[in-house]
Amino acid sequence: MTNLPLIALVGNPNAGKSALFNALTGARQKLGNYPGVTVERKAGRFSLSDGRPIELVDLPGTYSLNPTSPDEQVTRDVILGRQAGERLPDALVVVVDASNLDNHLRFALELIALGLPTIVALNMVDLATRDGLELDAHILSRELGVPVISTVAVRKRGLDHLRGELESMLDGSAGKVRASAEQRDFEGLRREARRIARAAIVRETPSRRLTAAVDRVALHPVAGLILLLALLFIMFQAVYAWSAAPIAMIEGFVASASDAVTAALPDGLLRSFLVDGVLNGVGSVIVFLPQILILFFFILMLEATGYMVRAAFLMDGLMAKVGLSGRAFIPLLSSFACAVPGIMATRTIADPKDRLTTILIAPLMTCSARLPVYAVIIGAFIPARTVALGIGLQGLVLFCLYISGIVGAMLAALVLRRTVTKGASGGFLMEMPKYQWPRPQDILLGLWQRAVIFLKRAGTIIFTSTVILWVLLSFPKAPEDSGISQVNYSVAGRVANGLNLVLAPIGFNRDISLALIPAMAAREVAVSALATVYSLDADEDEAKLERSLGDRLKDNWPLPTALAFLAWFVFAPQCISTIAVTRRETNGWKWPLFMIGYLFILAYVAAGLTYWTATALGLG
Amino acid sequence: MRLTDLPLRQPAYVDLIDWNALSASDGQRLREFGLCEGASVEALHHGGLLGRGPIACKVGRMTIAMRRNHAAAITVRTGPSDSDL
Repeated sequence: MTNLPLIALVGNPNAGKSALFNALTGARQKLGNYPGVTVERKAGRFSLSDGRPIELVDLPGTYSLNPTSPDEQVTRDVILGRQAGERLPDALVVVVDASNLDNHLRFALELIALGLPTIVALNMVDLATRDGLELDAHILSRELGVPVISTVAVRKRGLDHLRGELESMLDGSAGKVRASAEQRDFEGLRREARRIARAAIVRETPSRRLTAAVDRVALHPVAGLILLLALLFIMFQAVYAWSAAPIAMIEGFVASASDAVTAALPDGLLRSFLVDGVLNGVGSVIVFLPQILILFFFILMLEATGYMVRAAFLMDGLMAKVGLSGRAFIPLLSSFACAVPGIMATRTIADPKDRLTTILIAPLMTCSARLPVYAVIIGAFIPARTVALGIGLQGLVLFCLYISGIVGAMLAALVLRRTVTKGASGGFLMEMPKYQWPRPQDILLGLWQRAVIFLKRAGTIIFTSTVILWVLLSFPKAPEDSGISQVNYSVAGRVANGLNLVLAPIGFNRDISLALIPAMAAREVAVSALATVYSLDADEDEAKLERSLGDRLKDNWPLPTALAFLAWFVFAPQCISTIAVTRRETNGWKWPLFMIGYLFILAYVAAGLTYWTATALGLG
Repeated sequence: MRLTDLPLRQPAYVDLIDWNALSASDGQRLREFGLCEGASVEALHHGGLLGRGPIACKVGRMTIAMRRNHAAAITVRTGPSDSDL
């Protein structure tokens, strides 16, 4: 715990708080959690003009000090000095959207009344001007009784001014929270906010609004849906089309590292460990970093531009039909990147049954950890040819896998809402922010944070699982001339041969059974595990060693097996982090165990149906 | 007229909100969005292919989305505003 002065950024959702946070702290950010709750604590540091360091914490956006969800509760508790693991802020920066003064000033008044040193950042003044609104910050400051600074966080305008104000404020008296009892009633605050907003608005001319124009298309029942599907389709095509060159680079690097180790070390256990275990195993997963970043790029863009809420609006009809809140669409869409933040994002859903259903189906959204698995199988078994109009067959198959996950999730929600999570139907009440072009630095920062998380996973969970698997595959050593392959003789091979009794009916072979066990830790491990298995097997045959994992899979698997393997991963709940976060969010083991059970059954049935159908069609 | 029946892009004012038809938290959220008797409101988009989807409307300077059951609890009238709330 540091003793730096703490400043809290607080304000309504969509006031541009995070952009201001990024603009002030740059890359010096630290993501963590508040103890006891899973609400993310986002903190960073910056320096005042005299070099004094300041800690800045970005609190979850909320509309009032009257919380309706767990993350809004954190905001209130931090500001009132009641949050465990957080000291009372020395000052507040209240972020207010300049074009939505009436509304945001009401919350600002509520915050100012608390008595902490407060500065109001009148943010996004450029967008307000675009909408024909001219404001006087001096009048606003006089009426509110606190300094008001015009900022455009995305263009870094007004930041020096803000830092200067904070400096003189921190030199003043220390803050203390007044009793919240003396707060005015809601209606009184609203009237006061409206009066001040009226006073501060110098000129208000109706102007053509960009947002309204775009929304005519984006929210149109037919055109909007076509646009949404087109965006998703482009996203999945790009995952393949843009990643070829960087992937080749990483592959080249791993290959030359393997060659270097092979040349430098004598044949033996250490060389096998480094080449088969570390480089082939972990390398086969790191290769997917470009594709994962492309996927995250699209998701970050959809969020930052304001399109995500529009997508939720379009999908609300469907969500209502399966008994979910339209709001559930946003956690579900972020689950395409990773189910863990997706499940954490369900905290914005007020109804408990609604929220539980969303948590239970979130793992069905195709997360980026499945991408390595899908990519390696598609790359090996689906020919890279164009179907029509520049649409690649590989991208099309990937798109279908994503759709299968979505359809599966919707059907699961339909059944769950009629059985285990029966209750009142969820609602949909959301603010639709204005469209805006995100700052490239914010997107890059988001991608950088994702890349670090992915590489950390590769270095820890994936590395450890791969190494353990290598050990279990390498011992005991098969006797020379016994005719038994090393894999079959090893501990892991024997376990896999046992598991394969259950999995053989759905077309899985021993190697798949072997890969599925360590893949419980994380789905990508399936790929590194297969790479290790075939790498060890290939040691016996020098000619095979030169071949890529895809080629080796193609040699060993019939097509129906590969398709069944894909179908399995659409459903299988193979991720320790997801199970852990579900346990934390549902306060017990009941729901995570239920989730594991129903998803494994679905995975088994889906893989089986795929295998039997493909075999019957003669694809084998 | 209910907000569900208000033609698109016709400026109107909130006449009455049946708070009892809304859950406590939904009611609070609507208040926080600036919905109150006298607020200016304009329906912008109806979602859903069969007209059963949510409604996007402008309340003051803010655009919000709500389901039809919420909109049905809001009575609106067209014409000039009679008070300066």
